[in-house]
Amino acid sequence: MIELKNVRKAFSGREVLKGINIVFEKGKTNLIIGQSGSGKTVLLKSIIGLHEIDDGQILFDNRDFTHMRNRDRKKIRQEFGMVFQGGALFDSATVEENVMFSLNMFTDKTYEEKLDRVNFVLKRVNLVNVNHLFPSEISGGMQKRVAIARAIALNPRYLFCDEPNSGLDPKTGIVIDNLIREITEEYNITTIVNTHDMNSVTEIGDKILYLYLGEQNWVGNKDEIFNSGSEQLDNFVFATTLMRKIKNNFK
Amino acid sequence: MKLLTHFGRYYMLMAKTFAKPQKNSIYFKQTIKEIDKLGINSIGIVFIISVFMGAVITLQTRYNLENPLIPLYLVGLTARDTMILEFSSTIVGLILAGKVGSNIASEIGTMRVTEQIDALEIMGINSASYLIFPKIIAAIFINPFLNILSMFVGIAGGWVAAVSSGALSTADYLYGIHYAFIPYYIVYSMVKTVVFAFIITSVPAYHGFYVKGGALEVGKASTKGVVYSSILILLFNVIITQLMLAK
Ligand SMILES: Nc1ncnc2c1ncn2[C@@H]1O[C@H](COP(=O)(O)OP(=O)(O)OP(=O)(O)O)[C@@H](O)[C@H]1O
Ligand SMILES: [Mg+2]
Repeated sequence: MIELKNVRKAFSGREVLKGINIVFEKGKTNLIIGQSGSGKTVLLKSIIGLHEIDDGQILFDNRDFTHMRNRDRKKIRQEFGMVFQGGALFDSATVEENVMFSLNMFTDKTYEEKLDRVNFVLKRVNLVNVNHLFPSEISGGMQKRVAIARAIALNPRYLFCDEPNSGLDPKTGIVIDNLIREITEEYNITTIVNTHDMNSVTEIGDKILYLYLGEQNWVGNKDEIFNSGSEQLDNFVFATTLMRKIKNNFK
Repeated sequence: MKLLTHFGRYYMLMAKTFAKPQKNSIYFKQTIKEIDKLGINSIGIVFIISVFMGAVITLQTRYNLENPLIPLYLVGLTARDTMILEFSSTIVGLILAGKVGSNIASEIGTMRVTEQIDALEIMGINSASYLIFPKIIAAIFINPFLNILSMFVGIAGGWVAAVSSGALSTADYLYGIHYAFIPYYIVYSMVKTVVFAFIITSVPAYHGFYVKGGALEVGKASTKGVVYSSILILLFNVIITQLMLAK
């Protein structure tokens, strides 16, 4: 469980997050949605401490991360798994080395044990026979999956994904979404996913936070989103012809 | 003012870099990798420039000696002392600042803009220490060997030039390079090399580590890393010389 209390963040006077209050629940895929530039990445990075927040508080299972010393933060961070918007794979390391990285750093397992784990998580994201390729040698979708594999290698308690399926075709996107949801439920992880993809929203949105220009505009789930009562959210949800057609067919 | 900010941030980065390593075995492996990448890979360039510089110094010195009363062994002596005092430490340092420095700044800068450094931080890793510490240690370890190599190769280059051009006999040259040899000069040269090794690695690392933006900024950081480390090398060259050679 990750709890946000009145989280605020500004960059040189310009407010990007204007007081976010929400509880992201354990074992659920929590989504942060919103238009490009609405503050999703900033919020996610604020939660994990890559940005220091200006006001408010962030708690990880009641542990006050915001007012914690760096040394203690590092401990909690070892419970994090993060998939960056751009993948952020170590480009001088192979797929296998990327996934094994945190195992090398934080466990004393033998190489065989680590390799077992690496192959297990790679299989989990449907990647086989790519162990010795470099990130530049695999496709964008595969890179995303390696990033997910790397994020879950150490059995994280908290999983963060910044637009895990952006730039992918809808089918691959859904595969990745479902993968994230399955992992979340299987290991009872608190997962937060940033997305502006309505496919993801309707597929995996257990709990959804809609950001509008840095404001918390609406909170609900994937079933409630079509009747949110928020004009801004409706504009977002029904932005495409496809969604409008579906809506009209329902009427 | 800006200089002060830079200095403060550089200092903070170094404090982070020299924090207790999180896992010694991994740091050891990284250091070995860096020794290969920063040191072994530089042997070629150090070898080539040292040979030619030794040769040129020898020929120039010989052709400038017009007074027949000046003994010819001075040529060997000049070649030796120039290599030891200045060339093998300072000039090689400047050249490595260009080669190694730009490499380090662009590698770390790219990792910054592609969020690889953030990824390390999020895993709970001290990214500064993990990325920079092995590079500094590797250079401090391997550069003295490059320095020695440069001295030997340079002096040998002088000999080859002297003999093959007929400008000087082997006997004169050998006598010269043995004449009035001061071992302390080697110590002085080594001290400079170690200090320069620190500058060549830490300054570009600093510029790479704090890049903001994209590929363009990485390029700029790389240039800045080389320029500033070169300036610092020249500055510390004067300081160390004053401290160690002033009578
Ligand atoms: N480091 C920063 N410094 C200054 N402003 C920033 C910084 N990072 C983000 N911003 C600003 O914060 C706002 C929100 O950006 P953010 O990256 O969170 O958007 P986003 O919702 O993730 O968009 P996208 O869907 O395109 O990824 C933008 O207006 C951006 O300019
Ligand atoms: Mg974003």
